[in-house]
Amino acid sequence: MTIHERLLRHVLVVFFLTALAVAAGCGRPAAEGRVTLRFWAMGREGEVVQELVRDFEREHPGFRVTVQQIPWSAAHEKLLTAHVGGSTPDLAQLGNTWIPEFAALGAVEPLLPWLARSRAVAESSYFAGIWDTNLVDGVPYGVPWYVDTRVLFYRRDLLARAGWDSIPGSWAEWLRSMEDVKRLAGKDRFAIFLPTNEYTPWIIFGLQAGSPLLRDDDSRGDFAGAEYRRAADFYLDVFRRRLAPNVAGAMIANRYQEFERGTFSMYISGPWDVGEFNRRLSPAMSGAWSIAPLPGPDGPASGLSTAGGSSLVLFRASRHKAEAWRLIEYLSRPEVQLRFRRLCGNLPARVEAWRDTALARDPFSRVFETQLRRAVSTPKVPEWENISLRLQDRVETMVLGHARPDSALAALDREVDRILEKRRWLLARARRHAGAAGALP
Amino acid sequence: MKGTVEVRQHRAGWAFVAPALVLIGVFFFVPVLAGLVLSFTDFDIYAVGRPDFARFVGLRNYVQALGNPMFWKALGNTLFFVLVGGPLSVAASLVAALLVSSKLTRFPGLFRSIFFMPVVTTLVAVAIVWRYLYQPQYGLLNWALGGLGIRPVDWLGDSHWAMLAIILLAVWKNFGYNMLIFVAGLQSVPEELYEAAELDGASPWSRFVHVTLPSLGPTFLFVGVMTMLGNFQLFAEPYVMTQGGPLKATTTVVMLMYDEGFRWWRMGMGSAIAFVLFVIMLAGTLLQMRLQREGRS
Amino acid sequence: MKRALPTLLLHGVLVAGALLTLAPLLWMVSASFMPDGEANTFPPRLLPSAPTVRHYLDLFLRLDLGRQFANSTLVAVLSTLISLIVNSMAGYAFAKLRFGGRERTFRLLLVALVIPAQVCMLPLFLELKAMGLVNTYAGAIIPFMAGVFGIFMIRQYALSLPDELLDAARVDGAGEFRIYWAIVLPVIRPILVTLAVFVFLSAWNDFMWPLIVLSDEAKYTLPVALAGLSSEHVQDTELMMAGSVVTVLPVVLLFLLLQRAYLRGVMMGSVKG
Repeated sequence: MTIHERLLRHVLVVFFLTALAVAAGCGRPAAEGRVTLRFWAMGREGEVVQELVRDFEREHPGFRVTVQQIPWSAAHEKLLTAHVGGSTPDLAQLGNTWIPEFAALGAVEPLLPWLARSRAVAESSYFAGIWDTNLVDGVPYGVPWYVDTRVLFYRRDLLARAGWDSIPGSWAEWLRSMEDVKRLAGKDRFAIFLPTNEYTPWIIFGLQAGSPLLRDDDSRGDFAGAEYRRAADFYLDVFRRRLAPNVAGAMIANRYQEFERGTFSMYISGPWDVGEFNRRLSPAMSGAWSIAPLPGPDGPASGLSTAGGSSLVLFRASRHKAEAWRLIEYLSRPEVQLRFRRLCGNLPARVEAWRDTALARDPFSRVFETQLRRAVSTPKVPEWENISLRLQDRVETMVLGHARPDSALAALDREVDRILEKRRWLLARARRHAGAAGALP
Repeated sequence: MKGTVEVRQHRAGWAFVAPALVLIGVFFFVPVLAGLVLSFTDFDIYAVGRPDFARFVGLRNYVQALGNPMFWKALGNTLFFVLVGGPLSVAASLVAALLVSSKLTRFPGLFRSIFFMPVVTTLVAVAIVWRYLYQPQYGLLNWALGGLGIRPVDWLGDSHWAMLAIILLAVWKNFGYNMLIFVAGLQSVPEELYEAAELDGASPWSRFVHVTLPSLGPTFLFVGVMTMLGNFQLFAEPYVMTQGGPLKATTTVVMLMYDEGFRWWRMGMGSAIAFVLFVIMLAGTLLQMRLQREGRS
Repeated sequence: MKRALPTLLLHGVLVAGALLTLAPLLWMVSASFMPDGEANTFPPRLLPSAPTVRHYLDLFLRLDLGRQFANSTLVAVLSTLISLIVNSMAGYAFAKLRFGGRERTFRLLLVALVIPAQVCMLPLFLELKAMGLVNTYAGAIIPFMAGVFGIFMIRQYALSLPDELLDAARVDGAGEFRIYWAIVLPVIRPILVTLAVFVFLSAWNDFMWPLIVLSDEAKYTLPVALAGLSSEHVQDTELMMAGSVVTVLPVVLLFLLLQRAYLRGVMMGSVKG
């Protein structure tokens, strides 16, 4: 055997033994009578919740919680795959637009019995609109964890330089303010960053224009309708006037750097980015930026936004539902929600937490509260995630000028109709078996 | 009558192949057949828990797939990758093989190893590296091109360039593998043929065209078919670098299958797409073999 | 003297080619040591201004990449061992043992080579779910056990085994398994090494299947973990480069150590065409 081969044999043996040791180590079950809870959380929330969980463990010595952080881009498919593969966690954070889907699949536990017995969590503690997003057929499947709505982040200093002391309330004026900012900013710079691979602004503008997005009992698309068309035209106009760069999110290597450099001065985002902006922008930038409620087509009152946020759900397949519910109750405590907010900027779902003086005095939170009062839910169909992505595809083609809006939107409707075909079949079937069959609304 | 030695060999033979056959049967052939059956149903995530929510739909998935413009776009992208990326890769491998095998070359082993190195690297890891290399403002590639006076290109963000960018990555990653196969093929060309050609006064180029290339015939077929089959299965590079964008310019058939099957859990449709891909690959292989045979005569 | 110019040109091209080939990998290593944000500047830097191992520490201490490294090792090593045993037995049997239906069965396996793996992925997932193997190491290893290529490789090599050697052993009264273990395995060791490297590389580098079958982060293999990191940390170039280095280094080292055997196997497998 050559020296090489001997060396390799040793290396392999070491590798093998190490791997076995590690694998054996992590294969050890929740021994010592402890219950281990598996908790999946996404994005920044996933990073930050680990801290909260440590305190929960301290309070409940018999519990151990393993948090798995999943990127948002993969979360939906990972959850579905886990459901099909029978490897769901005990509890998870779930975007509230996904609740109808997971409820229809029978993946998540209906929470009425748990709520009935609980002294810590009750419907009355939550914003009505937000609680509503957790109901499917009147049955709650999730407990709201944090709320989210999209507002406009902007460079107050650059806007002031262009002659505007605040974000205007109507689309027409907003456009003018963007033109003024761009004129001052220069050739290779822009007024606003609207990543072409993010579809939420398209939903928002559609809702603002009064479009229902889906019609006929949410079984057909309405993207070719007049209201949605109006929203699409407005959005495309921003690109036509070169007020926004037509690139996808990942193409701008670091959007925080570019916001600071003035490459763009406006950006539609949510509460989590308040924390991120504070973290990633240099100290010189504090005070130079602010947030405002979104302008609407006909003035501030029409400046609607999405009633977003995440809920905490229990999985039906979990063998530790009672223990997981305790963790949900813990994370729903107003003081824990406020701590969560301090860690990542997310807004508490518990109304009591909003009465906290620090939160009440924070000027940013007033903006969010205003916007939350104008927040509306998206259609509650299980296929919504799929439909949103189809919309996203069309957004790209329209923005880059590869398709005209009327043909792209008509094609989108055809696609959406095809996606919803099964829903129409199941609805018809349910109607035939009048009341008995499926779990669909 | 069989002697005991024969009987023993017979039993041993089956015993030896049994583990492999069982594994391949259970974990390959059974799923393939199940996939075929699935492709004739509309089995989706609703049906996973409730079998009565699945319907037998005959050829509807195939018809819908073939009628879906997205499928043709994905197929077009995949074919572009196969028809442009394939020959490029083979050419690069051949050139590298010729360089490395030349009698004038010093340290052929070193160069061979260097050229082969990208092959062993993990695709996801290098795709991430190349994603940064392709960055329009800060990436090395545009900086190097700038040195030659070429304006920066948005490699992964421009739908005209994205697939080419992926082809470049694929060629870089795989040319070493085919290079080795060509090296082996070159080594098996008999010296006498070259000597005879030289005696006849043939130039180096003429020797290449009339001795080397024809002798490499079988090698070309092997490399061509294997490269083509691999290229049809393009998935990881677009998944990591572009998510199939921009404007679906890098969405491939396997990505579509992954989307339908594992993202949306439309397993009936996903299986149908997989089988369509299989048929196309089969056709491509037969076509290559037929062309080779005709080219020979 | 007559040969000087062509030789110079040749080596010039070779060196340029080698540099171009290595450039992405060298930049990857260099960037992994750069301080935050340095890899995203214009003009791009080739070398770190102040090399730091922070990203590596981050990966192993904060992001727990060590666990995924161990997972990759476990999956790759087990796949290799099982594959070696199963394939060497089958390959030898198809080459040298005479049993009824041998050729027909072998031709059936040929069919498997033509069918792409994607065709069976979806139903295989459902099958594993029925067996309770989703999200387990066993589930991740399975596709490597059910590979046909290894059998071909071994059979090809074993065909050249001298029949007289085997028959002599039989005459001496040795059982078939003993012949396989004591005589055949040592002789076909070169191809076994090649196959081992082959399977190890495939298992270590595999992405699509572990992505599908593993849902617990604690069980992820490196490529899956890396892909997940890359969408969460797209801003953190240097961290991603460190992750790539960690993923790529073991297989590059393995290759460098065993090149001769591996390259020999690649070339040999192709000569028959």
